[in-house]
Amino acid sequence: MIEVKGLRKQFGQKVAVDNLSFSVQKGEVLGFLGPNGAGKSTTMRMVTGFLPVTAGEIEICGISMIGSPTEAKRKIGYLPESAPLYNDMTVQGFLKFCASMQGLKGTARATAVDEAIETCFLESVASQSIDTLSKGYRHRTCLAQSLLHNPEVLVLDEPTDGLDPNQKFEVRKLIKRLGKDRAILFSTHILEEVSAACTRAVIVDQGSIVADGTPDELEKQGGGSLSELFRKVTSQESPAA
Amino acid sequence: MNTWTIFKRELTSYFTQLTAYAVIVIFGLLSVGLAFTFGSFWRYEDASLSYSFFWWHPLLLMILAPAVTMRLWSDEHRTGTIELLGTMPVSMGSAILGKFFASAFVWLLALALTFPIVVSVNWLGDPDNWTIFSGYLGSFIVCCTFLAISSLVSAFTRDQVVALIVSVAICFILTFCGIDPVINEVRRSGSAETVNLLSTLGVYSHFLDATRGLIRLPSLIYFIGLISVCLVGTNLVLKSQRA
Repeated sequence: MIEVKGLRKQFGQKVAVDNLSFSVQKGEVLGFLGPNGAGKSTTMRMVTGFLPVTAGEIEICGISMIGSPTEAKRKIGYLPESAPLYNDMTVQGFLKFCASMQGLKGTARATAVDEAIETCFLESVASQSIDTLSKGYRHRTCLAQSLLHNPEVLVLDEPTDGLDPNQKFEVRKLIKRLGKDRAILFSTHILEEVSAACTRAVIVDQGSIVADGTPDELEKQGGGSLSELFRKVTSQESPAA
Repeated sequence: MNTWTIFKRELTSYFTQLTAYAVIVIFGLLSVGLAFTFGSFWRYEDASLSYSFFWWHPLLLMILAPAVTMRLWSDEHRTGTIELLGTMPVSMGSAILGKFFASAFVWLLALALTFPIVVSVNWLGDPDNWTIFSGYLGSFIVCCTFLAISSLVSAFTRDQVVALIVSVAICFILTFCGIDPVINEVRRSGSAETVNLLSTLGVYSHFLDATRGLIRLPSLIYFIGLISVCLVGTNLVLKSQRA
């Protein structure tokens, strides 16, 4: 459902992503691991059509993101890294707006908003203004907008960042549940999340994939420890965004 | 469809953040206040409102219009919501139009709510209401021009204050390069071509024709051209920032 071939992104002279290829099938949750600045967010921004690619191919459910971006974007639900929201809106108002932007109308829109609120446990803050929300609720509100149109592909950039342990547990559980009938690509630099939520993981360093496999395979490669493998295959300092 | 959705969101935002109320009240008070004081409404018995009322509009709009639109794109950049918009199945062009139309609608309301002065001149005398309508049309199109300029400037920066200062500076230049004292000064020392160029580039010569009831094609081309260039420019700037 996500096919990425030879992806490259260059900002001026700086290469942020270099010849990256991977695929995510239906029912698969691919963990995108890497140190800060490894090129994870840049890759996700290209996969979701926000950043134009320098070279390479991206296909979402067989639709080219480069050739038909609008159609390809309809298939994706995206949670950006900083979970951006319109602070002057209420949670419900924001979700209604996002649902309309995804082409939902009338009863379908109302049902989608109610379901997203329920899935992300936002009932208690549904009519609250977004600028009064805690970080956890902000994150979940942004996650809710990515689920509204029931997308076949979910791209989640550090979905558990800044959440407390209980919230992290809930979000991982949610990702696992959603991953059963979708393709999910999610980035993290928290290694425990790989075994907790992923069916497969890749480690990215300086814009290239340096390890690929199931959580068990990766642990074996690291001599029983994923963090050992992570330290071995990644550099200590990464300049890319 | 998506232009309409963005239009509604932006319009609601202008009212929840009180920007719309501030604009409507301040513009209403200043424009009517200036007409009755410095505009010498009573002395000239200016029933067409050309000089007492409309003349002040570009001066007010060059500051107040950018104040409304300074956050248009700079806020999207600062909060990161541009990433949400950019990954939704919507073209950036429809987002630009939705935001532009919403800010223009707020100004349409602000202009419409100065109607008591029109009621007053109709009560006091027998004005040519077409000339008054044409004056309003001129004010609205000047306003839209300033909003489009400000939209373009705000696409360059995530800092609203920078967006405001630069937009006001550009609108100031466009307003003052066509104003009589500046034109007269240039006429004394400069060539006729320079005078022509300044008066063509400045908004006043085009605007004053409208306040006299003359909607001329070159003026319409000037305003619509400037608005289109700025909105297309906004699109190009937003695209280039992601490249």
